[in-house]
Amino acid sequence: MAEFPVIQTARLTKIYKMGDVEVRALAGVSFKIYKGEVVSIMGPSGSGKSTLMNLLGCLDRPTSGRYVLDGEEVSTLDDDELASIRNRKVGFVFQSFNLLSRQSALANVELPMRYAGVGGPDRRERAKSALESVGLADRVEHRPTELSGGQQQRVAIARALVNDPAILMADEPTGNLDSKSGKEIMELLLNLNRTSGTTLIIVTHDPTIAAQTQRVIRLRDGLIDTETK
Amino acid sequence: MNLGQAIKEALESLYSNKLRSILTILGIIIGVGAVIAMLAVGEGAQSTITGSISGIGTNLLFVYSGNFSNQDVRNVKDISMDDADALLDQYQAPSVAAVAPMVSGTLEVTANGEKKSSSINGVTPSYQSVRNAELTEGSFITEENILGRASVAVIGVDVAKALFDRTDGLVGESIRIDGQPFRVIGVLKSKGGSAFGSEDNVVLVPLSTAQARLLHKNSDEIDMLLVQATSAEVVSQASDEVANILRVRHRTKVGLDDFTIFSQQDFVSVAKTITGVFTIFLGGIAGISLLVGGIGIMNIMLVSVTERTREIGLRKALGARRRDILIQFLTESSLLSLFGGIIGIGLGWLISFIVGKIAAASGSPFNPLISFNAILLATLFSTAVGLFFGLYPANRAANLEPVEALRYE
Repeated sequence: MAEFPVIQTARLTKIYKMGDVEVRALAGVSFKIYKGEVVSIMGPSGSGKSTLMNLLGCLDRPTSGRYVLDGEEVSTLDDDELASIRNRKVGFVFQSFNLLSRQSALANVELPMRYAGVGGPDRRERAKSALESVGLADRVEHRPTELSGGQQQRVAIARALVNDPAILMADEPTGNLDSKSGKEIMELLLNLNRTSGTTLIIVTHDPTIAAQTQRVIRLRDGLIDTETK
Repeated sequence: MNLGQAIKEALESLYSNKLRSILTILGIIIGVGAVIAMLAVGEGAQSTITGSISGIGTNLLFVYSGNFSNQDVRNVKDISMDDADALLDQYQAPSVAAVAPMVSGTLEVTANGEKKSSSINGVTPSYQSVRNAELTEGSFITEENILGRASVAVIGVDVAKALFDRTDGLVGESIRIDGQPFRVIGVLKSKGGSAFGSEDNVVLVPLSTAQARLLHKNSDEIDMLLVQATSAEVVSQASDEVANILRVRHRTKVGLDDFTIFSQQDFVSVAKTITGVFTIFLGGIAGISLLVGGIGIMNIMLVSVTERTREIGLRKALGARRRDILIQFLTESSLLSLFGGIIGIGLGWLISFIVGKIAAASGSPFNPLISFNAILLATLFSTAVGLFFGLYPANRAANLEPVEALRYE
C-alpha cells in the first residue's frame, strides 16, 4: 500500500468526568493507517471503540495525545475548525443511516456540499454522480421513506463520499440491514476502496465483516489489544 | 449555507409540520392583528376628535375662572358680566371681535311625554356669531329675550327628534326644562358628533333666564366666556389682551392668574395627548398578546430542537458549524413570526374596518386609520419577536455536542 499515513495517532487518551469519577475511555492509543487501507476496529462494548471512532471522525477532541489526519494536526482545533475538517476530510456512514426523511435522496447527498459552500448546479451534478456511483441513478428524487434499508445506506454512502474525504468512517454499516443487503453494502464499500482508493475504517463487532478487511485493530479497556493483518 | 438556502429549508421544515406551524403562527397573528387594530382605532379616534375640535373655529378662546395648572391660587374671583363687557374695549383689546358669556348645565327636557337629558346653555345673542350657530327655522335669542328673562329656547336637532320625532315646524311648540315651560323659537342646524358629545343635544336659552330660573346663579355669575379674535392669526395676541384685562380687573398677583384661557389649539393638543396615551395604552395591551405569541414560538422551537437533536448531530457531523445551525433555527422562528405578522396586518385591517362600520352604524362616524408606520412597526416587531424568542432555542441547538446529539434517541 501507499506510504502516506492518512491517520497517525500518538498516545491518544480520552477521559470522561462523571461527577467525581473519571472514566478512562481511551488510555493511550498509537497507530497509523495508510492511504487506501481498509481497517476494522473491533472490541467488546466499553472497550473504547466508540470513543476512538468519535476521535478519528473529529466529532470529539482527545484529552491528551496527538492526532494527525491527512497531514493536519486536529487534536487542538476549535469546534468550527473541527466542523470544517469533518466536512472536507471525513465521510460518515452510520448504522441507522441518519438521512433527513423530509428530503429527497439528492438533497441528502447535497447537504455536505451546502456546508462546504458548493454552488447549486455544481452541487447537483456532483450529488447525481455520487448517487450513480452507488447504483441509485434512478432513485434520485425518492425520499428515504420510499427506499429500502440497503438503498438508504447507499444514499448515506454517496453522501459520505461526495466531498471526496480522506477517510470513510463506517460505524456498523450493516447493523440495521438483512444479510443480503448487508453483503451488498460491504461489497459496495470494498469496491469503492478498490476502484478509487478510499481509505476505509469500519467499526464493527461482526467477525465476518472484520475478516473482509486488511487489518483489524482490537481494543480492550481503552488500549490496543491486538493488531492483526 | 447561504440565506436563500436557509429560508428554503426552513419553509420545508415548517411545511412538514403544518398544523403545528399554523397554531404557532396564530399567536402572532392575533398579537399583530390586535396591535394594528388598536393603533388604527386610537389614531382614528385622535383624528376624529382633533378634527371636531378644529371644527369649533380656529379663532376662538375659552376663558374659565380658576387656575387649572396652579393649585396655589386662592380667592378666585368669578368671571362676571362686567369682565365680559370690559373685554370689548377696542383700545385695550383690539384683537377681540366678540365676546359671548355663557352658563351651562345638564337638565332634563320634556315634551309630549318624552324626555331627554340635554346640555342647557344660557347664552347671549353674540353666541350665534361666535359659534357660527345656524338655524334651520325660527330665530335666535335676542337682547329683548335677555332683558325680559323670556322663557324661550332654541333647540338642537337631537332634542327635536327625541321630543317631537321631527325637526321642522317646531317653532311655537312648548317644552319643559327642569319642569318649567319654555317656548321653542328656533331649531339649530345639525353640527354632528364631536369630542364633547353630540353638539346637537343642546338647548339654548337666554343667559338671564338660565341664571335666574334654571341653573340658580347670580345675574353676574358666568361659567365661561367665548372670545372671538378678529382673525385666526391674532389668537395669541387676543389671549394676551384678555389676560391683561382680567389681571387688572381681578388684581391678581404676578403668575397667579385666577382664570384660565384655552385656545382651540390648546384643546387640540390636550386631546392629542389624551388620545395618544389612549393609543399607547391600547397598543400596549395588544403588545402583551404579541409577547404571548412570541413565547408560543419559543416553546415550539424548543420542542422542535429537542425533536431534531439527531438531525442536528448529523448536520454537525457533516460539517455544519455552530453558525449554520443557529441560522437554520433563527430562520424558522423569524419566518413563523413574519408570516404571522403579515396575516396579522390583514386581520388588524379587517378588525378596524369592522370597528369603523359599527361606529358608522351607531351614529358616530369614525375612521380607523392604519398608518404605514403601524404596519412597519408590526412587521419589524413581530420579526424581532421571532428572532428574540428563537434565539434561545437556536442557541441551544447550535451548542449541542455532535457526539451526544448523534447518540440521542
